[in-house]
Amino acid sequence: MKQKHVKFAFFLDLESAYKTLLRNKIRSFLTILGIIIGVGSVIATISIGQGASRAIQNSINSMGSNMLIILPGSSSLGGIRSGFGILPDLTLNDVYAIRKLPAVKTDSGNLGMGQQVVWHGNNWSTLVIGASSTFTEIRNWPVAKGTFFTHQQVASAANVAVIGNTAAAELFGLINPIGHIVIIHNVPFTIIGLLSVKGFNAFGQDQDDTVVIPITTMLEKIAGTTWVHAIAVSAKTSKDTSLAQSEITALLRQRHHIPPRKPDDFFVRNLTELAATANSSANTFTILLASIAAVSLLVGGIGIMNIMLVSVTERTKEIGIRMAIGAKKSDILKQFLIESSVLSLFGGILGIGLGFGISSAISAFSPLKTIVTTEPIIISLVFSLCVGIFFGFYPAFKASRMNPVEALRYE
Amino acid sequence: MTNGYDIRGNAPLIMLENIGMIYKIGDISYEVLKGINLTIENGEFVSIMGASGSGKSTLMNILGCLDKPTSGSYFLEGRDVSGLTSDELAEIRNKKIGFVFQGFNLIQRLSVIENVMLPLYYSGLHSKDSEEMAMEALKLVDLSEKGNKFPNQISGGEQQRVAIARAIVNNAPIIMADEPTGNLDSVRGADVMNFFEKINAERGATIILVSHDRHIAGYGRRLVTVKDGMIISSETITV
Ligand SMILES: Nc1ncnc2c1ncn2[C@@H]1O[C@H](COP(=O)(O)OP(=O)(O)OP(=O)(O)O)[C@@H](O)[C@H]1O
Ligand SMILES: [Mg+2]
Repeated sequence: MKQKHVKFAFFLDLESAYKTLLRNKIRSFLTILGIIIGVGSVIATISIGQGASRAIQNSINSMGSNMLIILPGSSSLGGIRSGFGILPDLTLNDVYAIRKLPAVKTDSGNLGMGQQVVWHGNNWSTLVIGASSTFTEIRNWPVAKGTFFTHQQVASAANVAVIGNTAAAELFGLINPIGHIVIIHNVPFTIIGLLSVKGFNAFGQDQDDTVVIPITTMLEKIAGTTWVHAIAVSAKTSKDTSLAQSEITALLRQRHHIPPRKPDDFFVRNLTELAATANSSANTFTILLASIAAVSLLVGGIGIMNIMLVSVTERTKEIGIRMAIGAKKSDILKQFLIESSVLSLFGGILGIGLGFGISSAISAFSPLKTIVTTEPIIISLVFSLCVGIFFGFYPAFKASRMNPVEALRYE
Repeated sequence: MTNGYDIRGNAPLIMLENIGMIYKIGDISYEVLKGINLTIENGEFVSIMGASGSGKSTLMNILGCLDKPTSGSYFLEGRDVSGLTSDELAEIRNKKIGFVFQGFNLIQRLSVIENVMLPLYYSGLHSKDSEEMAMEALKLVDLSEKGNKFPNQISGGEQQRVAIARAIVNNAPIIMADEPTGNLDSVRGADVMNFFEKINAERGATIILVSHDRHIAGYGRRLVTVKDGMIISSETITV
């Protein structure tokens, strides 16, 4: 029975605080503006950060699992230090040797070049990738129509191509590209497959704007070289990635005749790790921005304290009356604390609305898809409640310490 | 020292012993009450009279546990209240004493019924009962129709009756009124005084009334006269 009364009393207190604040709508609104802006920007920043994380996560998944990328290195051989990715020292034979390593599942020698692709007088400049037959598996990127080229077609340097969705749309429009012949660098290629739609990568690049041909054909007939730009490797399991990394390093050092103590002439990059690093730096950035936004929450709290002090002074007489008819110190303290908490909590709720607004506006007008999760909402609600209690405490304490006789005499 | 008991060993309702009150403003101190001795029995109707500035309100504030005297002892029902904490005094004000102030002292932003319910709220009663009790009190002062109005929407006489309803809603055994008719015309004033007589007679409530108006003070059964912070006479009023 007693319990029920206590509960009911709390709602009564809330209701009376709410009524008091409604009597001064504009003042209450201005008071909580700081909280609204603070919570709004915290929610918006975190939603941007979450969106960026999600994009990075998606691009990790689209790259395929347990990916390692081997790039030609810069080297100081001969005293000349050339830039990253310049040394022509990764060959197709390196690719075949790596394929035999125990920790390696698949691989795909890669050479990408910007090339004009021509079909019936239409031409389109796109990224032409030379790849192995394992390309679809290693990139998690199946064909939508037709087939991908086979190991035999790579071995025989066949003139076949698989086209990405964007390139196909630009060249063929609504026509089914399979079976048609396109010209790349004066060499005719038969389109045998259409890749499924992949979308944009984390850097905003349209991955579907591409044409994939066998790496051998690329090297012999288009690039006219024997070296590849990159070798993509997938380790057997995620635990094998570092093993694969050291196996590949040892193998390539041996194949490239690098004496001990000399630096590698190639790089082995663990893409998952790389993406994780990118992700964590995105997180750091989000936390930094969110803490700056949180400062405005504190400033909002000072605004609440200011108005509560004014309100306590204005209502000195009321406090005297309440004390005269039996209000204890704790009753007065509670009354003003509830008022400041209701204020700040209300600011928090409006701020969440603002944050939602900003983040959906960003989603609508920019390529980034923001994500609002429940955690920042709950955290900012709790935080604004704490701000209200913390900054409301001093004014409420001051009110509770008034002398009833003096308070009653106040006009 | 009597420790709050009279010669027969009974505790009177109120017993003031040698109460002094000194206000200090800067270096100068004002001795507003000088050795007040006063005993009030349960069920009495006492009027306190005196010139302006003689210390009536100061005495009333001490009697009502709103203020603590600088010296002397105050026994309420035999219990020394001089040493109580402010929360204990708040509880006494809530349970034992109903105040009616000169200036009505209603909370403007609360409705009439909410004002009347406030003492019940602070005594921990929040259920439907408290609304019924407040309605009952408003009925006694003939204002049951005005419960949902706000203080600035009713007349001065009605506001004072709301204040009375608030003072009696908790069935407090002591009602204290400091110039309750000061802002009212003589007809309204007589209404209010009739009401005090009624609850004194019917409920047995002890009434302590401060007034500088001899006619109003005449409603009481005993007249206590204060001058310069001292009680100069205390006489029973014979009708
Ligand atoms: N808080 C205070 N500080 C200083 N002096 C005070 C204070 N309260 C009252 N006094 C002084 O004490 C004296 C008595 O005041 P009190 O209010 O008790 O008079 P009163 O008899 O009620 O007068 P009135 O009939 O005008 O209401 C006055 O001289 C007043 O100036
Ligand atoms: Mg007075």
